[in-house]
Amino acid sequence: MPDTTAPVPGTAALAAGTAAPVLEVTGLRKEFGELVAVDEVSFRVPASRSLAIVGESGSGKTTIARMIVGLERPTGGAISACGEDRSRPARSARDRRRRGRQVQIVFQDPYTSLDPRHTALDTIDEVLRLHHGWPADRRRARITELTGLVGLDERQSRALPRALSGGQRQRVAIARALAAEPQLLILDESVAALDVSIQAQVLNLLADIRDETGVSYVLISHDLAVVRQLADETIVLRNGQVVEHGPTGQVLDDPRHPYTQRLRASVPAPGWTPSRRLAAGAASAEPPPGTELPSAAAPAGADQEDSPRE
Amino acid sequence: MSHGTGGENTAGPLLEVAGLTVRLAVRGVRRAVLRDVGLTVRPGEALGLVGESGSGKSMTARAIDRLLPRGAEVTGTIRFGGRDIGALGGAELRGYRSHVAMIFQDPRAHVNPVRRIGDFMTEALRTNLGVTGAEAQRRATDMLAQVGVGGGPARLRQYPHELSGGMLQRVMIAAALLTEPQLLLADEPTTALDVTTQAEVVAILAELRRDFGLAMVFITHDLELAAAICDRTAVMYAGQIVEVAASARLHDDPLHPYTAALAAARPDITATRPRLRAIPGRPLSAFEAPPAECAFAPRCAHARDECRAAVPDLVTLDGGLSRCARAAELRGRLGEEADADA
Repeated sequence: MPDTTAPVPGTAALAAGTAAPVLEVTGLRKEFGELVAVDEVSFRVPASRSLAIVGESGSGKTTIARMIVGLERPTGGAISACGEDRSRPARSARDRRRRGRQVQIVFQDPYTSLDPRHTALDTIDEVLRLHHGWPADRRRARITELTGLVGLDERQSRALPRALSGGQRQRVAIARALAAEPQLLILDESVAALDVSIQAQVLNLLADIRDETGVSYVLISHDLAVVRQLADETIVLRNGQVVEHGPTGQVLDDPRHPYTQRLRASVPAPGWTPSRRLAAGAASAEPPPGTELPSAAAPAGADQEDSPRE
Repeated sequence: MSHGTGGENTAGPLLEVAGLTVRLAVRGVRRAVLRDVGLTVRPGEALGLVGESGSGKSMTARAIDRLLPRGAEVTGTIRFGGRDIGALGGAELRGYRSHVAMIFQDPRAHVNPVRRIGDFMTEALRTNLGVTGAEAQRRATDMLAQVGVGGGPARLRQYPHELSGGMLQRVMIAAALLTEPQLLLADEPTTALDVTTQAEVVAILAELRRDFGLAMVFITHDLELAAAICDRTAVMYAGQIVEVAASARLHDDPLHPYTAALAAARPDITATRPRLRAIPGRPLSAFEAPPAECAFAPRCAHARDECRAAVPDLVTLDGGLSRCARAAELRGRLGEEADADA
C-alpha cells in the first residue's frame, strides 16, 4: 500500500507516527558470498524516536544502513519505511525520488560524500529543487536557514569542499540531508569526525530538529556516550547478529550480554585500566593467509574482533 | 649509540621544548601555526597532548620529530637529552629519530602498500644501525609477538592490505619500538580503531612503556582517554598550550575555562543530559588567532575586557599551568561547570 501522495514533511511524520513505525525491519539478512553480514535482524523505530545501532567494524551496522536507503538489496527479510516495502528496488525514478525524500543518510566520511565541484549552497539548492521544486527566493531563504542551523558561515557556504575542514564538510552533509525534510535520517557515524565542541553543537541541533519536525533517527555509532545522548533505544550488533536490545540507559548501565559488557568496559574513564586480556585472541583470529599456524596460537572460539574494516 | 643522548642528563627532562613558534605560509602569507609552545617530558613519563583540530597538537609532534613541511620558520628550542636538535642534519638527524619514534592515526597512510611488513619494519635497523638482515628479522618477529601479533616470521612476508586497521597499528607500534627509542610520539594512534581494539592498543603501549622505560607524548582529541593513560596532560588551543595539569585532576578540577568547557561539552556515557553544553563558535586555528588577546575569549563564558587586552601568560597555579588572565580568580569554580547538569 504505497502512499502516492507526497507527505507534508515533519507534520505528517508526527501525525502518522502515533500508530505505525517510521521504520520496521523484520528478519533482515544479507549475505556477501559465504559471509553472512547481517543475520536475522529485527527492530522498529517510531516517529520522532531514535534507535542506535552499536557494534564494531565488520558487525554489519553500515550494511543495515545501506539496505534501508536502498544501496544494498537484502538477501532476506523485510524493510518497511514510512509504510512502504523497501526490500525491493524502486519501480520508477519518481518512486526513487520519493523514497529519497523520506529517508536520508549522512555518511561517516565527509571527505568522499560531497561533490567536489559543488559549494554548500549548490549542494543544498540541488536537493531543494529536486525534492520540493520551490522558486529561487524560497530556496535561498531555506538555504540561509539550513546553513545557519548547522553553523556554516557565509564564507564556508560559498566554499568548495576541498577548502573546508572535516567538521565543516560534515555539517554541509547534514544540511543537505535535512533539506529533503526526511521522516527518517540515518546517521552513519556522522558526528564521529567532529571536534568535541562542534559535536556538542551538532548533537543539540539533532535533538532540536527531532523535537521540531518529528524526524526519527537511526544512529550508527561506536561512541557510547553519543548514543546515550541521542538514542532512546539501542541494539548491539556483533557478527551481523543482535546480541542485546533495550532502552539505551538499561543497555549501557546494566549490559546483559558479555560482548556489550566488554564494549562498555573498553570506554576510557578516570581510573580505567585497559586490559590486554583480548590481545592474544585478537592476534590469532587473523592468521596470515595461507599459513599453517601452530594450533596453540589459534584457540578454539577465539574472538573475531578486529575483523577487516568495512 | 651514535651520539650521547642524555648520558649526563638522566636526572633532567628527556624532552624540553621552550618558546617554540612555527610559521608556515598559509595561502601565501606567513602565519604562526604554533605560538610559544613549551613542554617537558621526563624519562618514562606519559604526557597527553589534547586539543581540537587546528590547535597545533600534531604540528608540535612534527616539530619535535623534525618533520615540519619545507619552508617552515622555527624559533625556540627543542632539547632532547639536553641536546638542541634544531640544527641536526643527515646522520645525526637519523640517529636522533631512532631515539624518538612516531606512530600515526592512520597507519595505512604511512606505509608503502607494495612493501612487505618485514621490509619496512627492519629498514631502520638495517640502514641506520647496521644490524644484519637475519638478526633484524628475528628482532621484528619478537617485537610483533610483544604487541600481540602472532604468526611468527610468516607475518613479515605479509603486505599491509592483508591486515585490519588494528593489526596494522600494532605492527606500526612494533616497528617504531625496534630501534629501542626513549620517546614515542603517538599521534591519535587509536582514533581509527574500535573501542575494544583501542583498549588493547592502549594496554600494549602501557606495558611496553613499563618494559622499556619509554616516555610518551600521546596526542588525542579525547580528554578522557588522555586522562586515563597519561601522567600529565597539556591542553592546546589555537597553537598555544593553555593548561598543563596532572591528568587525574584535569576533568574535575580544570585550571583553564577551555578545558572545563571541553569536558562539559562531551556527552556523558552514564546519563543523558537535557542539553549538551556546547561551546559557541568553532575552534580557531592558530593562524586565525588574534595576535594580542586571548584566543579563546570569543567563546569563553568567563571572558572580560581584560581578556581582550593581551595574550595571557602561562601562570603556575596549584602545581599546574594555566594561560588565563582570570585563572586565580576562577580557581576551584571551573570544575563545577562540567558537573552542573550531569
